[in-house]
Amino acid sequence: MTTKATERKQTMTLDGLEVPFSPGETLYEVARRHLAPVPTLCYDPRLEAFGACRLCIVEVQGMKAPVASCTTKALQGMVVSTATPSVEKFRKTLLELVVSENREVEVNPLRGFASQELSTLVNRYGARTGRFQGKHSGKSNKTDLNPFILRDYDLCISCYRCVRVCAEQEGDYAISVMNRGFSTQITTEFNADLRDSACTFCGQCVQTCPTGALADKKALRSADLPGEIEKTRTICPYCGVGCSVDIMTKGDRMVGVQPAMDGPANQGALCIKGQFAFDFVQHNDRLKTPLLRQSDGSFKEIGWEEALEFAAQGFRRSLEKHGRRSVYGIASGRAPHEAAYSMQKFVRAGFGTHYVDNCSRA
Amino acid sequence: MSNPLADMAKPDVIFCIGTNMTECHPVAATGLKKAMARGAKLIVADPRRIKLAELADVYLPIRLGSDVALLLAMAHVIEREGLMDRAFIEQRTEGWEEFQRHLKGFTPRWAAAICEVPAEDIEQAALWYGGGKPSAIYYTLGITEHICGVDNVQSLCNLALMTGNLGVEGAGINPMRGQNNIQGCGDCGAETFVYPGSLPITDAAARDKFAQAYQRPDLDLGEAMTKVTAFLECGKSLHAMLIDGENTVVSDPDRIHCEHALRSLDHLVVIDLFLTETAKLAHLVLPATGWAETDGVVCNTERRVQRLRAAVAPPGVARPDWWIIAQIAQRLDIPGFDYSSAADVFNELCSLSPTYGGLDWERVSSESLSWPVPTKDHPGTPILHVGAFTNGRGKFQILGYRDPAEVIDERFPVWLTTGRRLQSYHTRTQTGRASGMDYLLSEESLEVNPDDLVHWGLRDGDWVSISSRRGSVQMKVRGTVRSPRGTVFTSFSFADVAVNNLTGSGYDPTTHTAELKVCAVRIEPVKT
Ligand code: SF4
Ligand code: SF4
Ligand code: FES
Repeated sequence: MTTKATERKQTMTLDGLEVPFSPGETLYEVARRHLAPVPTLCYDPRLEAFGACRLCIVEVQGMKAPVASCTTKALQGMVVSTATPSVEKFRKTLLELVVSENREVEVNPLRGFASQELSTLVNRYGARTGRFQGKHSGKSNKTDLNPFILRDYDLCISCYRCVRVCAEQEGDYAISVMNRGFSTQITTEFNADLRDSACTFCGQCVQTCPTGALADKKALRSADLPGEIEKTRTICPYCGVGCSVDIMTKGDRMVGVQPAMDGPANQGALCIKGQFAFDFVQHNDRLKTPLLRQSDGSFKEIGWEEALEFAAQGFRRSLEKHGRRSVYGIASGRAPHEAAYSMQKFVRAGFGTHYVDNCSRA
Repeated sequence: MSNPLADMAKPDVIFCIGTNMTECHPVAATGLKKAMARGAKLIVADPRRIKLAELADVYLPIRLGSDVALLLAMAHVIEREGLMDRAFIEQRTEGWEEFQRHLKGFTPRWAAAICEVPAEDIEQAALWYGGGKPSAIYYTLGITEHICGVDNVQSLCNLALMTGNLGVEGAGINPMRGQNNIQGCGDCGAETFVYPGSLPITDAAARDKFAQAYQRPDLDLGEAMTKVTAFLECGKSLHAMLIDGENTVVSDPDRIHCEHALRSLDHLVVIDLFLTETAKLAHLVLPATGWAETDGVVCNTERRVQRLRAAVAPPGVARPDWWIIAQIAQRLDIPGFDYSSAADVFNELCSLSPTYGGLDWERVSSESLSWPVPTKDHPGTPILHVGAFTNGRGKFQILGYRDPAEVIDERFPVWLTTGRRLQSYHTRTQTGRASGMDYLLSEESLEVNPDDLVHWGLRDGDWVSISSRRGSVQMKVRGTVRSPRGTVFTSFSFADVAVNNLTGSGYDPTTHTAELKVCAVRIEPVKT
C-alpha cells in the first residue's frame, strides 16, 4: 500500500526533546501540542497561517535566519529551539513596536474573545517601555453608528485576522485592507458603514481581533457594571444548527455572548442572531407572574397555586363534560426536550390520545 | 440530516433546493463556502435569486411549487446517461425496474415547460449531481411547506437512492431544521404520529409499551390528530388546549381562522416568555423560564444532542415549562409527574426512547453525540444508513407532478412566497426584543422585481394592498432582482403585518404541513 510512508512515525527535536508529528503539521502546531509557549498574534487556528506578525519565530538548526513557526512545516529530523535568548529578545522588541502603535494596551475583556491576546503577551515580555511612541496605523471609525461592532482602529496592529476570518470563514469579503505600513487601514469596500457593505454582522471579526480594535458594542454597554465576567457554556437559542456559545454574565446580569471555539457544530462561528440577539432574555416585557384573564378582557396577576388550580380545573371540566378527546396540547420547537417530553406525556398519559403536536407544521 | 454538518465541506457536488441557507442557517453555509473554495460544484434551485443563487455553478429559478417536475427530469437524465450506482441499487433498494420505466416520459424538455427554466440547465444539474462522488442534497421549508411536501422529499430520496448517495461521508439528504429544538420536539414524541424515539403510534407493541409506562391501559392505537385538524375542531370536539411557547396566531397560515379557533375554546392555557398575540387569547398565561435561565437538553439538525445550561435567574416567579406541565398534571392526578429536576425528565425520556437508550443526563453533560445512541458504550451515529437502512431496503417511490393548491389566474395573477430573513427569527418575539436588530431590519416589505414595479406603476417604498382568496394586508414594496418577474416575497416575522392573513391555501395530505410557500395574490396601489 502507498500509505507506508505516512505510517512510518516521523520525529523531530523540539527544545532538546524528540517528539513525533504527523506529516503536514506546522512547527507551531507541534510546539503547541507539546505545550511550548510560542507567542502568536496573527494566528487563529481556524484560518490559513499567514506569517505576518513574526512573533512565532523559532530557530531551526542549519538555517541562517529564524523562521515563522506558523507557516513552516515540520520535517523529519528537524532540530528546533522555540525560546533561545535571541528569539525571546527579538519578540520583546517586536512587541514594543506593536505597543507603540497602540493607544492603549489594557482593553476590556468584554470587547471580544481574543481581545486579551496582545496585553497578555506584553505583560509576559515586559514590553511596556514607551519606546517608539507616536506613529499609529489605523484611524478609529467614529461615524459608523451600527449598534453591534465598534471599529476602534486606533488599536489595530494589522494582523489581518478580521479580514481573513471574514473571507475564509464567512466567505463574506466584507472588509479589506487599504495601504501598507503605518498607513494600513482596515476598511470596507468604498470605506462605507458596515451596514452598507456585504457585512452580515456575524461578529467573527470582533471575536478574532487580538487587541480589541474591533469590539462588541452590546457587551461593552456593561463595561461599568461591577463584578467579574463569568462564562456559561450553552447552545444558541435560534436556529437548528445548534452553535455552542458562552453566555457572559456579571452577577445576575447577562451581558453578552461569545462563540465557543470548540463548539462541535460551529467551531467558533456564529451568525448575527446567536452573537448579538441575546437581550430578549432579560427584557422588561418578560412575563413575571401567572396572568388570569378577567371578564373585561384584562389580565390579573395571580400566584402559582391559584393559577395551577385554575389550569387543572379547566382541563378536568372539559374531560368530564366532553370526554378525553376534547383536550389538545401543542409543544414548542424552541423549548428544551424536557418541555416537549412533558407535553406529550401530559396528553398521552392524561387523556390516552395522541392529540399533541408542535409548530413544525407551520 | 442523514449526515453531519461537518460533512458540508466535503461533497463534490452540492444540490441546494428550497433553502435560503445563507440567511436562515448562515453558520452551516460557511461549510458550503469552504467546499466551493475546494472546487465543489453548487447547484441551486429556488424561485428567488437568493444570495446562494449568486454563488451557484448552475442556478435553476424554478417556478414556485414545481420541484417534483425538476427532480423527475433530473432522475430521467441520470438514468438515460447511466450515472446510477448499480451496486447500491442492487444491494440496498427495491422497486428500481418500475421506477426506471416510470422515468421515461419525464424529459428535461417536459420539465422545462413546468419549471420555466431552460432544459439544458436541468440537464447540466442532473449530470453534475449524478456524476458527483459524493453528491449531497440540502433543503429546508422550501421543500416541505407545500401540499406536495412529501412528494418533494421522496423525489429527493429517489435521486439519492439511484446514485448511492446515502450512508457515505459527504453525501446524504439533509433537511436543515429551522428552530433550535424542532428536531428534539419530534425526538420526544411531541408530534401526533410518533412516540418518543420515533416509534409510530400505529405500532401495537409501541402502544403497549407506553400504555404500561404511562399507566394508561386505554391509550389509543393509531388515532392521530394534527394541529391543522385541531384548529378545525376547536369549539366542536375540542374544548381545552395547552399551548407551550408557540406564537401560533402569527406563525400559522390563515390567521383569521386560527384566532377564531382559539377564541372558541372553553379553556386555553398558554405557557410563554412574553404576552404574545397567541397568549393574549388565553384564559390563563403562565410565565416560563427562557433560554439562559433553564437547564435542559436540545437536539440540532444533525441529530446532535446537546446540553443547555442556566446562567441567570429568571424574572419574577417564572418556572421551567416541564415544572409547569408537571404541576398541572399532578393536580389532575395523572401518574408519573413527580419530577424534581430537568434531569429526571430527560432520564425518563432516555429510558423509553430506543434512539436515546445510551444517553442520560450525565452523558449529555459531558459528551455531544448524534443519535441513535442505543447503548451506554455506543459512540453515536453521525452518518445514518451506513451499510444498511434500518427498515430493510430503500424503496423508490413512483410519483408524478401536481399543481400547487392554488395557481395564479386573472383575479390573482401574482405568485406570493414567504420565508425568513437573516436578522429576524420566526415571529420576532425574541429578535424583536433584542436591541439593535431594528437598525438592520425595522419593518417588513414586499420584494418585487424592479421591472414589475415599473409595469405596475409603482415606486420603491409605495404602499400596496396585497389580497389573496383569504384576506388582504398592506405593505411597502421594495424593488429587488431577488424576486423574479411575477413572483413577490415577504417574511412572516412581523406580527403587525399579518402575512398569514393571505397564506394557507392548502395542506400536504400526509403530513398536514401548510402550503406557506405558494399562494396567488393581487397587488394594488394604496393612495396615501
Ligand atoms: S461581522 Fe462578519 S461579515 Fe461583518 S465584517 Fe466582521 S467577519 Fe465580516
Ligand atoms: S448562531 Fe446563528 S447559525 Fe448558529 S445556531 Fe444560532 S442562529 Fe443558528
Ligand atoms: S503567528 Fe506566526 S507570524 Fe504571526
